[in-house]
Amino acid sequence: MTQVTVKHLWKTFGNQVVLENVNLHVGDHEFVTIVGASGCGKTTFLRMLLGMETPSRGEFLIDGNALPSEPGPDRGIVFQRYSLFPHLTVMQNLLLGLELRGAPLCGRLFGAARRRALERAKELLDAVGLAAAADKYPQQLSGGMQQRLSIAQSVICEPKILLLDEPFGALDPGITADMHLLILKLWNMNKMTIFMVTHDLQESFELGTRLLVFDKVRVDPQAPDAFGATITFNIPLKGHREPVQAPMPGG
Amino acid sequence: MRRLVNQQPGRGAAFGLSALPFILIVAAYLFYSHARLLENPGDKLLPAPATIAATLHEYAFEEDERSGEYLLWNDTWASLERLLTALAISAFLGVTLGVAIGVLPYLKATLAPFVAVVSLIPPLAILPILFIVVGLGEVAKITLIVIGVTPVIARDLSMRVAELPREQIIKAQTLGASTWHLVLRVVLPQMWPRLLDALRLTLGSAWLFLIAAEAIASTEGLGYRIFLVRRYLAMDVILPYVAWITLLAFSMDGLLRLFRAKAFAWAKAGV
Repeated sequence: MTQVTVKHLWKTFGNQVVLENVNLHVGDHEFVTIVGASGCGKTTFLRMLLGMETPSRGEFLIDGNALPSEPGPDRGIVFQRYSLFPHLTVMQNLLLGLELRGAPLCGRLFGAARRRALERAKELLDAVGLAAAADKYPQQLSGGMQQRLSIAQSVICEPKILLLDEPFGALDPGITADMHLLILKLWNMNKMTIFMVTHDLQESFELGTRLLVFDKVRVDPQAPDAFGATITFNIPLKGHREPVQAPMPGG
Repeated sequence: MRRLVNQQPGRGAAFGLSALPFILIVAAYLFYSHARLLENPGDKLLPAPATIAATLHEYAFEEDERSGEYLLWNDTWASLERLLTALAISAFLGVTLGVAIGVLPYLKATLAPFVAVVSLIPPLAILPILFIVVGLGEVAKITLIVIGVTPVIARDLSMRVAELPREQIIKAQTLGASTWHLVLRVVLPQMWPRLLDALRLTLGSAWLFLIAAEAIASTEGLGYRIFLVRRYLAMDVILPYVAWITLLAFSMDGLLRLFRAKAFAWAKAGV
């Protein structure tokens, strides 16, 4: 069970108010999609969830505990780019999470532990359709394959929360539909909570169980930095909690 | 007529063109050497190829009368031993220091300005200090190279670490990586090819420091020999020695490049 609670959250950089008075409660196994104009604090919000930024005021709680101030294995992240390790093959990229958690000293697994990890990684590699590319390096993969690997790499650690920062923004529209099916499949398999920032409104309605719109309520033309953005719409959606079979219409 | 920037030589032409400067310089040497020797058969400045070959044979394949050693190989071995020892020490120190500075902000704040200042001390200027402190032996020569090369490698690698995408470092932490894990599995493996690049770039200055140290205080070595025979205007020794040193440096550079391409297929040169 994962509950995310945000109470009267503010984030300021110097005189610039980025987020003001954000309140939110997200229950277990939700798929939260976040939209909003550029510079409206969506990414700042995500970075706070990740632990890269700390709130200026207010509270950010996971299961009632304050958010740690650094990234950790309970919150996975998929960035738009650069989140794979270029010196590791696809299989090694996928294994890394299991190896790091299983071997605090050398960061590598051996013997039976390694065989178990390999089995688990192979399963997931099949699930994301990358089994044939196991021995390739990330730069030999297409953009869609790279993102699939990046998602699998996070999911293998079974995070409570998965954060997606415009993960499909740089992909061909044709590939995006496949990626939607994949992320829904993994979300239902692992029962995690997903926060996804996106620019694609249709995507946000299609995937989410809850849609958040970040926008500025007040604007002072003389002092554009004086007021920050907040959640202006918090819309519960139907979502796809049951397994998805066929391609989604219009995906 | 296409623009010059779009005109490419073919494979054969490119090879011929690359040989051209070498051919020109050899031809010019032969011409002027011949001209000078015609005027004065005792001229020592541009010895004839036959004289150079005879001297080279004497140095490489005949025992020295006084020491009973083959001078060229003896000098080569002495110099290479110093150079490779110093480069190995520099690589180890440079990687340790560079990665630590690149990864740990506290260490960066403490050491980065210091390393930057040290890297600007001209190593040859402190050579006298080294001779005074550690004596005239091998340690002084190796230390000189290490002092000259290590800060360059350390600064280069710390910058390469800083160039790693922030996303990678964050992602590794969300996969459960500790600081030690980050160094061991994410940063270091990506620094090995960078280290080879840094070594290739510092190879030239390493040779410079080696020969300077050997010239001042030594009893064997390539640099020692050149400066020894300078007194007798023995260009027939100096010229082949310089060519030999160049060939050694060139081969080391090529081996490093080859090794990088073979061992780190994921890291294309220049990426």
